[in-house]
Amino acid sequence: MTKELICIECPKGCALSVDIENCRVVKVSGSECPKGEKYAVSEIEDPKRILTSTVLTQGLSLKMLPVRTDRPIPKSRIFEAMNEIRKIKINKAVNAGDIILENLLGIEINLIVTRDVI
Amino acid sequence: MIERDLVIVGGGPGGMAAAISAYENGIKDILLLERDQYLGGILNQCIHTGFGLNYFKEVLTGPEYADRFIKKVQGIPGIEISLKSFVVHLTKDKVLTYLRPGMVKTVKARCLIMATGCREKTREMVHIAGTRPAGVFSAGLAQKLVNIEGLLPGKEVVIVGSGDIGLIMARRFTLEGAKVKAVIEIQDKTRGLMRNVVQCVTDFDIPLYFKHKILKIFGRDRVEGISVAKVDDEMNKIQGTEFTIDCDTVLISVGLIPENELIEMAGLELDRKTNSPVSKEVNKTSMPGLFVCGNAFKVYDLADSVSKDSESAGRLAAEYLKH
Ligand code: SF4
Repeated sequence: MTKELICIECPKGCALSVDIENCRVVKVSGSECPKGEKYAVSEIEDPKRILTSTVLTQGLSLKMLPVRTDRPIPKSRIFEAMNEIRKIKINKAVNAGDIILENLLGIEINLIVTRDVI
Repeated sequence: MIERDLVIVGGGPGGMAAAISAYENGIKDILLLERDQYLGGILNQCIHTGFGLNYFKEVLTGPEYADRFIKKVQGIPGIEISLKSFVVHLTKDKVLTYLRPGMVKTVKARCLIMATGCREKTREMVHIAGTRPAGVFSAGLAQKLVNIEGLLPGKEVVIVGSGDIGLIMARRFTLEGAKVKAVIEIQDKTRGLMRNVVQCVTDFDIPLYFKHKILKIFGRDRVEGISVAKVDDEMNKIQGTEFTIDCDTVLISVGLIPENELIEMAGLELDRKTNSPVSKEVNKTSMPGLFVCGNAFKVYDLADSVSKDSESAGRLAAEYLKH
C-alpha cells in the first residue's frame, strides 16, 4: 500500500510518498531531508504531536500562561492530556522552561511553561 | 527636545532583532518604543510551535522564540526599552510623539526604524453580505481572547479563509472543546502552510472547503449561521450549490496588511495595493535614515525571516549614522 503524506517537520511541507507493508513503512520518497523519512515512519506507526495550550494563573501578572509538552505525545491522547492541563492552576512565579507537571498521563512526558511570569 | 541616535518603533520580533543588530553594529544610543506592556509583539499570543527552526535550528513556540530576544535586548545597556509607549505622530524631520500612561512625549530620531508589524484584514474587506451580529472575529483577535485573556468566544465555529492564523485557531478552538464546523477557502489551495493544514485541520477531521465562498452571515444579536456556495474558476458563485452551516461564531482569516500610517503621515509614499512603503531595496524607504522592517515592510510567512531581515535594518541604520 502507498500513502501520501505531507511532512510537517519544517515549513517546506514536502509531499511524501510512503510504501507500507503490514503496518510498517518500507520506503519513503519525496523528502528533501532525513527528517522527512523519520516523520513518515512515526506518522504511520505511532503518530505524535507536541501539544501546546495555556493554563490559568492566580495572583500573577498574566492571566494565562502558555505551556507545551517537552516532547511529542501520541496523537490519540491529546484530548486526555488537555483534560489534565485544564486542571492546573499556577500561583507562583515561574520561568520559561520550568516543569509544571511531571509525567503527564503516566507516559514520562513533562509539561513545561513557555513564558516567564511574575 | 531630546535627540536619540536611533529610535525603533515596535518591540516584536522585527524591532528586537533590529535593536540588537544596530547595537552590535555600533549604535550605542537606542530607544525602543513598544505600545504593549511586554516586549514580544504578536509572538506572545502565538503559543503554538513552528518558530525558530531556521533562526535557532530548534523547534520553539512563539513565547519561547520571543523570550530569547527579550532576554538579549534587556541585557544590552545601550538599548532603552520604553513600554506602554504608543506612537501617534511622526514628522518628516523624524520627530516622534508618543503617549505613555499620563504623559505625552516627543523625541527626535537621528535615525529611525519602523517595526510596526501588520494588522488583519477584516470582514469589511472581503464583502460578506448579511446582518451584523456579535460573534464575528478576526482570527488573530480570537487568538488573543483565547490565549491571553483565557476566554472562549464561541462554541460552534466556521473559519473563513485558510490563512495560517485561521488554521491554528481551528485546532485551538477544537482543543478547548468548541466544534469547528468548516474552514472555507475561495482559492483552490491553502493560503497558509501545508503543515498547518495537516496538524490543525486534517488531524481533527475538520472539513476544509476549497473553491467555496461565504455568501451571507445570519443572526440578529448573535451569529446563527452562514451560507456558502461553490465558486467557478473566476471565483463566481455556481448556482444551485448553496448550503448553510449553523454556527455561533465566524473567524475571518484572509490575510494581513502592513501597518504604515505613521510613515505615511511623515510624507512617505505607500503602495496602495500592499500598504508597504514604496522601496527599491529591503528595509529602505525614500527617506534617508528611515527604515522599515519586518511585517511592516512586507508580510512574511515566518517570524524567523522577519528576524533575519530586520537585522539588516539595524546594519543599515548603523551605516547611515556613520556618514
Ligand atoms: S522532509 Fe525535511 S525539508 Fe521536507 S518538510 Fe520534512 S523536514 Fe522539511
